[in-house]
Amino acid sequence: MEKELKKIARNVRKNIILMSMRAKSAHTGGALSCVEILVALYFKIMKVFPKDPQNPARDRLIFSKAHDGKVLYAVLAERGFFNKKILDGYEQDGGKLPGHSTRRCVPGVEASAGALGHGLSMAAGMAYVGKQDNKKFRVFTVLSDGECDEGSTWEAILFSGHHKLDNLTAIVDYNKLQGYGFTKDVLDLEPFAAKWMSFGWEAKEIDGHNFNEIIGILSKLPLKTGKPSVIIAHTIKGLGGVPAHINQVSSQYKPPSEEEAHEAIKKLKIE
Amino acid sequence: MRIAFVNTLFEMAKKDKRIMLLTGDLGFSVFEKYIQELPKQYLNMGVAEQNMTGVGAGMAMEGKIPVIYSIVPFTTMRNFEQIRNDICYQNLNVKIVGVGAGFSYGPYAHTHHGLEDIGILRTLANLIILCPGDPIEVALATKAVLNHIGPVYLRLGRAGEPNIHKTIPSFKIGKGILIEDGKDLTIIGTSTFLQRAWEVASSLKEKGLLVRLISMHTIKPLDTQIILESARKTPAIFTLEEHSIIGGLGSAVAEALAEANVPVLFKRIGVPDRFSKVIGSQEYMRRANGLSIDQIIEQISSSLD
Repeated sequence: MEKELKKIARNVRKNIILMSMRAKSAHTGGALSCVEILVALYFKIMKVFPKDPQNPARDRLIFSKAHDGKVLYAVLAERGFFNKKILDGYEQDGGKLPGHSTRRCVPGVEASAGALGHGLSMAAGMAYVGKQDNKKFRVFTVLSDGECDEGSTWEAILFSGHHKLDNLTAIVDYNKLQGYGFTKDVLDLEPFAAKWMSFGWEAKEIDGHNFNEIIGILSKLPLKTGKPSVIIAHTIKGLGGVPAHINQVSSQYKPPSEEEAHEAIKKLKIE
Repeated sequence: MRIAFVNTLFEMAKKDKRIMLLTGDLGFSVFEKYIQELPKQYLNMGVAEQNMTGVGAGMAMEGKIPVIYSIVPFTTMRNFEQIRNDICYQNLNVKIVGVGAGFSYGPYAHTHHGLEDIGILRTLANLIILCPGDPIEVALATKAVLNHIGPVYLRLGRAGEPNIHKTIPSFKIGKGILIEDGKDLTIIGTSTFLQRAWEVASSLKEKGLLVRLISMHTIKPLDTQIILESARKTPAIFTLEEHSIIGGLGSAVAEALAEANVPVLFKRIGVPDRFSKVIGSQEYMRRANGLSIDQIIEQISSSLD
C-alpha cells in the first residue's frame, strides 16, 4: 500500500513542480509539504466520489491553505476528479486553476479560500450542520501554520471545541515556515498542541510525510468522542523540490527554472 | 423595525426549518420567543463575528439559510473580508442583518454608529442591499430576503420607528416605492431616513411645495428607472440618508444621474464626512450633523433659491 501511495505522491510532486515552473508561481514549498497528507486523505481516508463530486454522502475537505492550491489540484487530478491536462492551465491566462483554490473551479474543490483564517470557520459550519441533521459525512480541513496567527482561526477553534464537533478534523501542515520567517521567530505557536487541547480539541502530533503514521492516526477519528480532532503534522517545506529551497523562506517564493524543475523531477524518480 | 424583523423571521422560520439565526451575543428581550420555540434554529455565536460569518457560509454550503445578526459595524466591518470571500465570492445563501442604522445607538459613540455600511458593501458583487424605511417595509423586506436565493444585507434601525406607509405597498427588491407624487421637487429617502424624508416633505407641503416622495428600500440593485423618471418630472432631486455622505444612497443616485446626463438640480443630504465630537440621542446626533427637520428644510430651500 505504501509503495503505491509513494508513487502517487511522486506524481503529485512532479505536477506541482511543473505547474510552478510553467506559471513561475510562488507557494511551491507549502504545496510540497502537504503532499502526503492530501494523498492519504483522498486515496485512503475520505469517502469521495470523483465521478459524482457533489454526492451528499461524501466527506468534505476545506483546503484552507488555498495559496498552495496546486497540491490540491494535482491530487484531485490524480484521483480522477478531472483530466490532468487541466493542470497545464494553472495560473495561466484563461486557465481553470487559480493560484488560490476556488469553489468548484474544478470538480472536488469545496470552498474558496486564500485569505488566511477563513477555512476552519466554514468547515465548522458544515460540521455543525452535519451533526445537527445526523448526517454521516465528516469534514476535514487543512490549515497552514501561518494562518494560525489569525484571530479568526482561534475563534473557529473555540467554537468547534465548544460545540463538540467530533465530525471535524483539522490537519495543520506544520512546516515551521511562514511568509517571511520561521514561525518560532515570527509568532511562536508553541506549545501548539496544548493550545488546541485547552480549547477543547484532541490533538496528536505526527510526521506528516510518513504514510503509515498519517493513515494510522486518520483511521482512528475522532481521536476522542465528543471532541474535534487536530493533527499537527510536522513537515518540511519544499520537500522533494529544488534542494536549495528546502526548509528555506525562499521555497515560498522562488519558482524552479526549467533546468531546476527537471533536476528535481529526475531526483524524485531515483528516490 | 427590530420587532417587525423578528416577528417576520419567526413566522418564516417556523415554516422553513432551513432558516438558522446566528447572533453575535446580543438580542436581549428581542429573540426570547424565537429561541424558546425554535431552539434548533438559533445559535449564539459569541462575540466572534468573523467566525459567525464563516460558519454561516459553511452552513449555507450544506443547504441552510443562515441569518447572521449583530449591530451594523460588527456584522459588516469586523467581518468584511468574510462577507466578501466566504459569502459573496462563493455566492452563498447567507443573510446579513445589521441593527442600529445611522445614529440609532447615538449615545454609545462612533464605534456603534452605522454610517459606512452601505458604502463599503455596495462594492461587493452578488450582494443585494436592502434598507427598509419603516416597520411595514421591514416585514416585507424580511420576507423578500428569505425568499431570495443569494447573499443579502438587510439594514435595520432599532426600535420605535413609526410606519410611514398608510397601506401595505407592493414590495419588490430593486423597485423604489412612490409614496407621494408632486411636481416641485423629489425627495428620495432610505432606511431610518424614510421617516425624515416624510417629515421634511410634509413641512414643505405646508409651505406650498409639492414633493414627489420615494422610498428607496433597495440600494443595490438600484432602481434607476424611478430616479430618471423623477429627474424628468421634477426640477430637483434630494437624497436623504442617515449614512455617510460618501458611498450611500446619495452616491448611488448621483452615479445614475451623472451617467444618464439629465439636467436636474441634485443634492445629497447625509452625515458629513467627519467623526462626531459629541454624543447624544439619535435626534441630538442628527441635529449635530445638520440633519434635523429644520436644518434639512433650510438646505433644500437654499438649494432651490
